[in-house]
Amino acid sequence: MMAIKMKKGSPHVDKIFKYVAIGAATYVLAIIALIVFNLGSGSAQVWQQEGISFLTGSDWNSVEGRESYGAAPYIMGTLVNAGIAMAIAIPLSFGIGMFLSELSPRLLRTPLAMVIELLAAVPSVVYGLWGLLVFRSYIRDWIEVPLHNIFGDNSIIFAGTPFGLDILTASIVLAIMIIPTIASISKEIMLAVPNSQREAAYMLGATKWEAFRLAVLPYSKSGLIGASILGLGRAVGETMAVTMLIGNATGAAAFPSSLFQPGQTMASIMANEFAEASQGGLHLAALVGIGLILFMMAFAINVVAHLLVAKVVKSHEGAVLA
Amino acid sequence: MITPEQRAEFRTHFRYNVGRRLVLDKIVKGTVFLCVVVAIVPLVAILVNVFTNGSAALSWDFLTKIPGAVGSDDPGGIGPAIQGTIVLIGLSSLIGVPVGVMGGIFLSEYGNNRYGRTVRFFNDVLAEFPTIVIGVFVFVLVVLTIGNFSVWAGSFALSIVMLPIIMRTTEESLKLVPVTYREAGYALGIRRYRVVFTIVLNSAKNGLVTGILLSVARIAGETAPLVFTILGSSQFINGLDGPIDALPLRIWRLSSLPYDSAVTQGWGAAFVLIILVLSINIGVRYLFLRKKEKTFSKFKRLGAIS
Repeated sequence: MMAIKMKKGSPHVDKIFKYVAIGAATYVLAIIALIVFNLGSGSAQVWQQEGISFLTGSDWNSVEGRESYGAAPYIMGTLVNAGIAMAIAIPLSFGIGMFLSELSPRLLRTPLAMVIELLAAVPSVVYGLWGLLVFRSYIRDWIEVPLHNIFGDNSIIFAGTPFGLDILTASIVLAIMIIPTIASISKEIMLAVPNSQREAAYMLGATKWEAFRLAVLPYSKSGLIGASILGLGRAVGETMAVTMLIGNATGAAAFPSSLFQPGQTMASIMANEFAEASQGGLHLAALVGIGLILFMMAFAINVVAHLLVAKVVKSHEGAVLA
Repeated sequence: MITPEQRAEFRTHFRYNVGRRLVLDKIVKGTVFLCVVVAIVPLVAILVNVFTNGSAALSWDFLTKIPGAVGSDDPGGIGPAIQGTIVLIGLSSLIGVPVGVMGGIFLSEYGNNRYGRTVRFFNDVLAEFPTIVIGVFVFVLVVLTIGNFSVWAGSFALSIVMLPIIMRTTEESLKLVPVTYREAGYALGIRRYRVVFTIVLNSAKNGLVTGILLSVARIAGETAPLVFTILGSSQFINGLDGPIDALPLRIWRLSSLPYDSAVTQGWGAAFVLIILVLSINIGVRYLFLRKKEKTFSKFKRLGAIS
């Protein structure tokens, strides 16, 4: 047994302890406030110079004297990239979640869930390296060239020379990266559905799929939406893998139209051009401004996701939700 | 009464209905299994590729030497990157762990009010921020103010990444300690801070250590905040106010070089990084989580760890 000292020392110690704890908690709020303030002040120059056309324009010219910055292509690039990734990742992740929670034999469940969780821990730069050195040639030879040969340059989304470093590759690798996240959260959510729900469905003669559709899915619906939005938040902010694979177009050329065309996202333009921007210049302010837009976007996405997840937790404590 | 004709009709309806449902069930099961296979193949391919290509690059020189000149015959090693990653982890923990644990204590012991809920909410949101935004923020706040890239700036950025994870996992671990433990302490006339430090933290130390180690594994692989704060270098560290190298940053730089030796080194560096991250993750699971399965699944459901 360890000896615990009784009341000794100043009676104010408890108060000091409490204030230190409050201080540590306030640090988080202060950091968020500082992020907003610093990104705002760091990009003030570009907002003054460009005004609203920083959001809507598509010129991106850092040559001195002809400087002009518009972030629209990168905002679109981020949305398209994350959108394609989500379209691939969500069905697959829900499938994995359903397999792990409903269908998988006990023996397979733990190792499979473990592999998926470990893959969520693999750093994004490693996904990027693998995409660049291995996956790129597969996707170019097996997917892009056949699609290009079938549809040709006349179709808009398959136009352009298949090169491997383009929006499609970046989106697919991004999907591979967010699958573990969404899959393991949705597995947890589906496992949290009480067994009595499933048993009630089985008792009525439901098959596995019907039990899933009638009992598990309604119960975990908002949780699954929350998991997807969390995945979207990660996809929007993902930097390294996308930077290494998207091909890095700038200006109006970065407007996403074809899948086989190099693009650019908000995160990747920051990582790419940062080294070239001189301190105190408009270029740097423009990059910080893009950071501010990305921050706003991620903030909004995460607030929605957490409100949804909080709602699920609350309703699970109470009655069954329809 | 049901006539035999009706009975036969019911039977065909029943067969038709059940047959269709069973077929649909089979189709869905097959599709779901296909989903698992489609998703698992690339994920396993990544691990296999990194392990096979990376282990070929390993040697003592590779792990300890400084990188050779770009394009030269001697590829050198990734010594500075490994050293830099260790230094960054240490310094970030120095900032992130005390603040995170104290914040967690606040949320668990004093946080049952409006302010506590606000902090918890924003902490969860901060945990999911794009890390590149944190990098840009630290660049504007620290690097532009001081005027150069530094180890401190990088550590500060990484501490912001790890802070919310530690805070949330600490809170969840402390909440699992029964109230009666605390009350027993109060009944003995022990001051509240001593109850927290000696009784509550002691009972919750497994969860605490798990959270800290997982946050370390997370920041070990972060690249985006480092691009803006430590810049990268090919020398061993000389002073905390200069630029240094880090493993993920080195992998990124190597990936953009068009030489075969750089590719080999990139795989090697990725191998070292993956071993570091995965061994922390697997180790934590085996050391602490066997008994504390409940804590861990709770962390997971919150998305605090992935």
